[in-house]
Amino acid sequence: MSKPKIATASLAGCFGCHMSLLDIDERILKLIELVDFDKSPINDIKEFTGRCAVGLIEGGCANEENVHVLQEFRKHCDILVAVGDCAIMGDIPAMRNNIPLKECLEEAYLNGPSIHNPEKVIPNDKELPLCLDRVYPCHEVVKIDYSLPGCPPNADIIWQAVVAILTNKPLDLPYELIKYD
Amino acid sequence: MSKQITFSIDGVEVKGKEGQTILQAADEAGIYIPRLCYMEGLVPHGSCRVCTVIVNGKPQTACTQPIAEGMTVENDTPELKEHRRNIIDMLFIEGNHFCMFCEKSGNCELQALAYRLGILSPKFPYFFPKKDIDATHPDIFLDLNRCILCGRCVEASKDIDRKGVFDFVGRGINKKIAVNAEANLKDTNLAIADKAADVCPVGSINKKHTAFATPIGKRLYDVKPIGSEIEERKK
Repeated sequence: MSKPKIATASLAGCFGCHMSLLDIDERILKLIELVDFDKSPINDIKEFTGRCAVGLIEGGCANEENVHVLQEFRKHCDILVAVGDCAIMGDIPAMRNNIPLKECLEEAYLNGPSIHNPEKVIPNDKELPLCLDRVYPCHEVVKIDYSLPGCPPNADIIWQAVVAILTNKPLDLPYELIKYD
Repeated sequence: MSKQITFSIDGVEVKGKEGQTILQAADEAGIYIPRLCYMEGLVPHGSCRVCTVIVNGKPQTACTQPIAEGMTVENDTPELKEHRRNIIDMLFIEGNHFCMFCEKSGNCELQALAYRLGILSPKFPYFFPKKDIDATHPDIFLDLNRCILCGRCVEASKDIDRKGVFDFVGRGINKKIAVNAEANLKDTNLAIADKAADVCPVGSINKKHTAFATPIGKRLYDVKPIGSEIEERKK
């Protein structure tokens, strides 16, 4: 029987959670015995090659591409895990959520103290994904099966959770590993 | 010598003194009833509802309800755990609780209760409300993004400091903490040694120049859950 597959994505995040995943150190060799990596920035596979057992999502949804990727993950993954505070509650990107989008863009591209933009253009190329009105936590866009909080979550909590899910064990995480920071 | 009163919490016999609340008697007996707005030394007002227990079949706040001979109290039940979890969940979505850069993280009672209750995932959509920050005072700053309206600062400033620096304004979802001045916190007589500057359970009232002094792993709730110090009193 072939190994189950795992996919990962970084939406509106900083890749810190992926770094934390790599922080499992030599256990990555055990992980490779358990799973094959499908679509993921770690192996640079861009499209899903088939059904995945687990999808790990870092980051919330800040633009339409994030939503598209998240929906693709929901479609292709049996179990979807929100990894890190950005995926769970939007976090640092969501600090813009109580400021109108127009004001944010004007501050970033027109009015900020270090801006040099003589044409006064806010980027609007149609290749660029459109920003959403606010940053949406993943559970507000698709159904999320598990969440692993932390900024980033400790490598141990990611390891224990992924192994528990892959081996059909209950997710029984020790107190010291549950952190929101 | 006050009269001894015998009652039960989750089927365990507890002895308390006449005039004590359920919470006080439970604390002495080493039984932890989760609580948030209650603080020893301040007048309890039962506003957060986290300490709700079932007394003789009826819900009551343990911080305000006096003990009585023979009463039965339910505390650690799946229903009450769910109820407490819902309150904590709602407090998280109602404000802007960004733990990762909060100075109180690791020492925050709201966060610690969430840890103790094992909250991993949010249950409700977030509000992301617009709230004010008042950093005008030289020693203290007020961040309403994290305020949970427990009222501890109001009580402490009124009853202990005798200053009345803080109070509630507005009602319902618009209720918030305001300062007793024409403009900002700097215009009040709040001082860094005041009790009111010390009682905030979350990162709403912070002392400046003191942040992040304790490394991760050594903070109040890093290793042991909130309430462990009470449970350790139990023989």
